[in-house]
Amino acid sequence: MSDSNSLVTKEVLGQLYKQMLLIRRFEEKAGQLYGMGLIQGFCHLYIGQEAVVTGMRNASNKEKDSIITSYRDHGHMIAAGMDPGGVMAELLGRSDGYSKGKGGSMHMFSIKNKFYGGHGIVGAQVPIGTGLAFAHKYKSDGGVCITYYGDGAANQGQVYESFNMAALWKLPVVYVIENNRYGMGTSVSRASATQELFSRGSSFGIPGEKVDGMDVLAVIEAGEKALNYAREGNGPIILGMQTYRYRGHSMSDPAQYRTREEVSKVRAERDPIDKLRDYISENNSLTSEEIKGIDTEVKEVISAAANFAQESPRPSLNELYTDVII
Amino acid sequence: MAELTYREAVADGIAQEMERDPNVVFLGEDIGKAGGVFKATVGLYDQFGPDRVRDTPISEQAILGAAMGAAMTGLKPIAEIMFSDFLAVCWDIVANQIAKSRYMTDGQVNVPLVIRTANGGGARFGAQHSQSVENWSMMIPGLKVVAPSTPRDVKGLLAAAVRDPDPVMFFEQKSLYPVKGEIPDGECIEELGKAKVVREGSDVTIVALAAMVPRAVEAAERLKTEAKISAGVIDLRSLVPLDTQTIFKEVEKTSRLITVEENPRLCGWGAEVSSIVSEELFWNLDMPIIRVTTPHIPLPSADELEDIAIPSVEKIFQTVLRSVD
Ligand SMILES: Cc1ncc(C[n+]2csc(CCOP(=O)(O)OP(=O)(O)O)c2C)c(N)n1
Ligand SMILES: [Mg+2]
Repeated sequence: MSDSNSLVTKEVLGQLYKQMLLIRRFEEKAGQLYGMGLIQGFCHLYIGQEAVVTGMRNASNKEKDSIITSYRDHGHMIAAGMDPGGVMAELLGRSDGYSKGKGGSMHMFSIKNKFYGGHGIVGAQVPIGTGLAFAHKYKSDGGVCITYYGDGAANQGQVYESFNMAALWKLPVVYVIENNRYGMGTSVSRASATQELFSRGSSFGIPGEKVDGMDVLAVIEAGEKALNYAREGNGPIILGMQTYRYRGHSMSDPAQYRTREEVSKVRAERDPIDKLRDYISENNSLTSEEIKGIDTEVKEVISAAANFAQESPRPSLNELYTDVII
Repeated sequence: MAELTYREAVADGIAQEMERDPNVVFLGEDIGKAGGVFKATVGLYDQFGPDRVRDTPISEQAILGAAMGAAMTGLKPIAEIMFSDFLAVCWDIVANQIAKSRYMTDGQVNVPLVIRTANGGGARFGAQHSQSVENWSMMIPGLKVVAPSTPRDVKGLLAAAVRDPDPVMFFEQKSLYPVKGEIPDGECIEELGKAKVVREGSDVTIVALAAMVPRAVEAAERLKTEAKISAGVIDLRSLVPLDTQTIFKEVEKTSRLITVEENPRLCGWGAEVSSIVSEELFWNLDMPIIRVTTPHIPLPSADELEDIAIPSVEKIFQTVLRSVD
């Protein structure tokens, strides 16, 4: 674990652990409900990547900073403080979901939590996030937009149009690349001419840093620095989070493009939750009783969320025609 | 005769053309090693190798732009855009570059390429992965537009599209991928721009495309048994060229026309068919032309909402029943 964050208090360590565990258990539950046929369509799980959003959330200003991401969005929403029950209900296409079942897994928003989606077109959130940053600057509200995208999305042209504009106008945006090593079935080495994706801003004068995205403390440290940089008016900055997704691209992907050994090796050696738990025990920050207490609490929150979602009524058929522009 | 699924017919059709013509190359996202996200291109990578079957980065503008450049020199690329919704990401290349080349260059440059894409709803994929956008292509002068409804037509029309000297937009309806059908042995090729009368009828003519064809046929069965209405069904198969002669011939027999399309209401292809038929056959018609469409909304993700949005057998049946009686 990153050591320079030894100032992180015992309380914060507990929160980070709880947050990451909450995301993991949420995703495991979503996977189960998908298997039972209760969730249909796409369902992209975030398991393995929890340290990225958890660390960035911790580093950010919750009142001011906005967030935007792709379809792999459940973890981001939970980290943003959205209600796991409401997210789960949306996955099940129910009326208590954040979009009343009309959005689905890939398309949820909570403007109250400054979460701007949930986008299904690879890379599209990058210019949109750049626009959120434009608004932060225009309104002088002190906020920074955290714009997440994947290693695969890094090969979309619109990412680079955004870089140029953000650098030109010195917009307060932190671009966070979640490099989980695959875009669907294609590894970074098969898709990208250069693999240091975080350095692709260099021709626009945008600094980039490689971060161990499996180490929540390292993410916090890099996140704080980057957010300060952007908040102080220096313009955009890129963080290249080295992370890994344990499950297939979506629930229907058997992930035959990589070996089981590859996955189990990362799980055994780099798992962000195990790593933090070990760190906490080694430093005697929390007792094993306290850790167990968190495990139980998380379990309860997730089973309540799943129950809430399953009991939520199906959307009224009139919903087909609400929020329609014609 | 072999029985293949609609998805197997895609790979079969591409393989037939790649074997025949070394100028045919195939490119797209996860089409090679992974065999396509819909598993419609399984086996091609092993059979033809990475030079001819290329996995690309997630870069739609570069995929279609490169396909166009290659096509300008006489190669015959087949490019896949994984979901038809993503055509919007690279629409400049389609609408401003590919479609206009032959005309702007006084015929010096034609672009013999095929853009294959998975189109349509029914899979609970939500607003950005479910659209039926064949009408977007129909609106642009300079593109041919094909949308098969059976495995046989997938193979035959794909072959015809590859051999065609001009750009062809090839819409595969994703809800049809598992559907099985017979494919003749040996070379299989159909003619572009020919509609097919899949069911004769004397009271009313239903014109449909892609996934709406089997629904129209099922509705026609029910109309016969439950209401003694004889409904004919035309599978358009191609929007450009549009086989108006076949439509006219059938409508002249029945004097009634109903179009069934998955497009949202405004400017769906049915509007064009309706306009042409009302100009040409107005005095033959016994009732107004009626369009069954998806409402003018983005598609919802939840199953019961999506199911009432896209034209169903029941909706086609009820519409015909109400209007013909
Ligand atoms: C413009 C566009 N092209 C292709 C797709 C299909 N697609 C969805 S996710 C994905 C892979 C993206 O990989 P990455 O950016 O690494 O994100 P990850 O899924 O790993 O989180 C692809 C190709 C899409 N949704 N949008
Ligand atoms: Mg990735």
